[in-house]
Amino acid sequence: MPELIVSPSPHIRSDVSIEKIMYSVIIALIPATACGVYFFGAHVINIIIACILSALFAEYVALRLMGRRFVMDGSAIITGLLLALCLPPRIPLWMAALGAAFAIAFAKAVFGGLGHNIFNPALVGRIFLLASWPVAMTTWIMPFTYDAVTTATPLDLWKMQQIATPHINLALGNVSGCIGETSAIAILIGGVFLIAKRYIDWRTPLSYIATVGILMLILGQDPIFHILAGGLFLGAFFMATDYVTTPITREGRIIFGIGAGVIVVVIRLIGGYPEGVAFSILLMNAFTPLIDRHVKPRVYGVKRKKIFTSPVDK
Amino acid sequence: MLKSRSFRAGIHPPGSKITAGRPIERAKIPPFVTILLHQHVGAPCKPLVKEGDEVKAGQKIGDSDSFVSAPVHASISGVVKEISTQLSPIGREVQGILIESDGRDEWVRMEEINPGNASKREIIARIREAGIVGLGGAAFPTSVKLSPPEGKEIDTVILNGAECEPGITADHRLMVEQSDKILKGMEIIMKVVEADRGFIGIEDNKRDAIKRMSEAVEKEADKRIKVIALKTKYPQGEAGILIKTIVNRETPAGSHSYDIGVIVHNVGTAKAIHDAVYEGIPLIERVVTVTGDVREPKNLLTRIGTSFYKLIEECGGVKGDAGKILSGGLMQGIAGYRDVPIIKSTGCIIVLSREKSKLPEERACIRCGTCVEVCPIGLIPTILGKLAAEGRFEECMEYHIQDCMGCGSCTYVCPSKIPLTQLIDYGKAELKKRAG
Repeated sequence: MPELIVSPSPHIRSDVSIEKIMYSVIIALIPATACGVYFFGAHVINIIIACILSALFAEYVALRLMGRRFVMDGSAIITGLLLALCLPPRIPLWMAALGAAFAIAFAKAVFGGLGHNIFNPALVGRIFLLASWPVAMTTWIMPFTYDAVTTATPLDLWKMQQIATPHINLALGNVSGCIGETSAIAILIGGVFLIAKRYIDWRTPLSYIATVGILMLILGQDPIFHILAGGLFLGAFFMATDYVTTPITREGRIIFGIGAGVIVVVIRLIGGYPEGVAFSILLMNAFTPLIDRHVKPRVYGVKRKKIFTSPVDK
Repeated sequence: MLKSRSFRAGIHPPGSKITAGRPIERAKIPPFVTILLHQHVGAPCKPLVKEGDEVKAGQKIGDSDSFVSAPVHASISGVVKEISTQLSPIGREVQGILIESDGRDEWVRMEEINPGNASKREIIARIREAGIVGLGGAAFPTSVKLSPPEGKEIDTVILNGAECEPGITADHRLMVEQSDKILKGMEIIMKVVEADRGFIGIEDNKRDAIKRMSEAVEKEADKRIKVIALKTKYPQGEAGILIKTIVNRETPAGSHSYDIGVIVHNVGTAKAIHDAVYEGIPLIERVVTVTGDVREPKNLLTRIGTSFYKLIEECGGVKGDAGKILSGGLMQGIAGYRDVPIIKSTGCIIVLSREKSKLPEERACIRCGTCVEVCPIGLIPTILGKLAAEGRFEECMEYHIQDCMGCGSCTYVCPSKIPLTQLIDYGKAELKKRAG
């Protein structure tokens, strides 16, 4: 016999890899991206490309500065693409690219790269741009109006003028808004694909969206409107399910979803902004380590059925 | 047929059961065997023979005074050539007795026992004398398992025919070909522990085994015993999971299954009990699946102590270039680095080509939570792995590290290819060391 290899069991591994998951997420974002291009014109392709290239470049530079090897794992592409999808369709290209670079550099690389960041990089990029250029970040156009005729989003209209947008338009996406957030159906297609592939947990989007719907219903608002309008679907399926920045257990993910849902409702009804999805996810990102510390699954043969266990208990 | 029962979590690795349809063949009597004196959980045996002695197949050649132990027997007739330190398939260095065959294959048997008239004590003594241990892989002495501590009442016997490990088909073939003997063995177990019901759990990828075992139960008209179809999912055959699936009881952390009134035995063990009691044959041969990258994968009825390489040769040799040789299945098998003898708990030899033996590159955890999702007992493997790697063993206890059964599901699914099971095993070993 030749020299044999000795390694610990198991001796088979599933074929799922980081790359396979990341590229599946990118595939799942194609319907939403295509809707964005369809509704807001070919210019948004430039925004998307600018964000992705900038994110990749920032990732490359950051990893080289840290003395690490650059791996094309697809995660930077997702950050770039997701950021582009939650930007207004007429944002200047340099601004979009800067947001993507900021997202990678300050929300991902400084924490140690993939797997170590606390906050969702794409959302940090969005909030950075919103804080720096509030006007450019809230200048909207109507679908199919390729010259920049500015308008308001359905949530703006609801908040400022109590005008409701028909549900069907919100579902299809022919309303004003961020590039990839307007079509609930397109996002849902991608989300269901990821759930069916078991790459994301259905518990997060369900608990998140259901919390918003139920609370809005209780508070006398139109629940369907609030579920479909704004970035809730995009956030629920593609950002609240980001592995790195959300809880690792099923129970934790439900808590995350409910928490984010409550924050969205509070911001939309009481806060100054018409929309609260980005903030709700980032705030819950901050709670994720705490949730993971205290929410553990029940262990076989251990009687205690308490979800919340604290090391202080012992 | 009734719907198959199942459990939460778990994984679906490729079954790789290429020998499922191949009847058990008798392996050639090897020119020599190495009978290890420590093949089981418990105290090692002391040799009862010396170099130069003539022995017969079935003759006891090693035993121990300890309660938790099992004697060993010569598996061929011949001459004791040497008693020396040998490597076991599970990586231990133990004493072994090398016997050279005289080619005659002469046997000695014990007296047959009619379990109907025999006392419990008599039957347990026979099971010990026959050297029977758990053949599913644990190698725990069966006589000890059949003697639960005073006051522990057993109401249920479960026979484990799940065989969820990818690659192995030894139990499968045994159930198809020897269902009557397995059932008789089970009835002996039930008599000894005074259980009033019994279940035979079989994964539903083995329809023929379910059918044969059901037919055997019907023929025997034993109303106490039921065959249960289980959904094919790894690790269905882990005793704790099997108990939960079939009778919905959980073995409390840190206790034994007899604390909840259940004992689980492997189907091969039941067959060995039958042979020892009804036929007076000690445990000197067992079915071994030889599979993977060998030219003709087979299920071989093999004498204990036969060399791995001899069996691989008997299956046409290695196909291509061997990378790993496993003792056991693809999920929990142990990779060896040189030839070792078959021991009582060796159910499978798998040869993996160099290509399939390549180790994946480890990456950072992306916290996808898949390991949490698949862990059949509800642990958070990625955190345990991290804590163990950082030497934070005390914190591992908070995360129930000691309850990990080492099934390997987390490592199997990890997209970052982190060797979680290995890290957790390391943490468990360190904690054990510290506890003394």
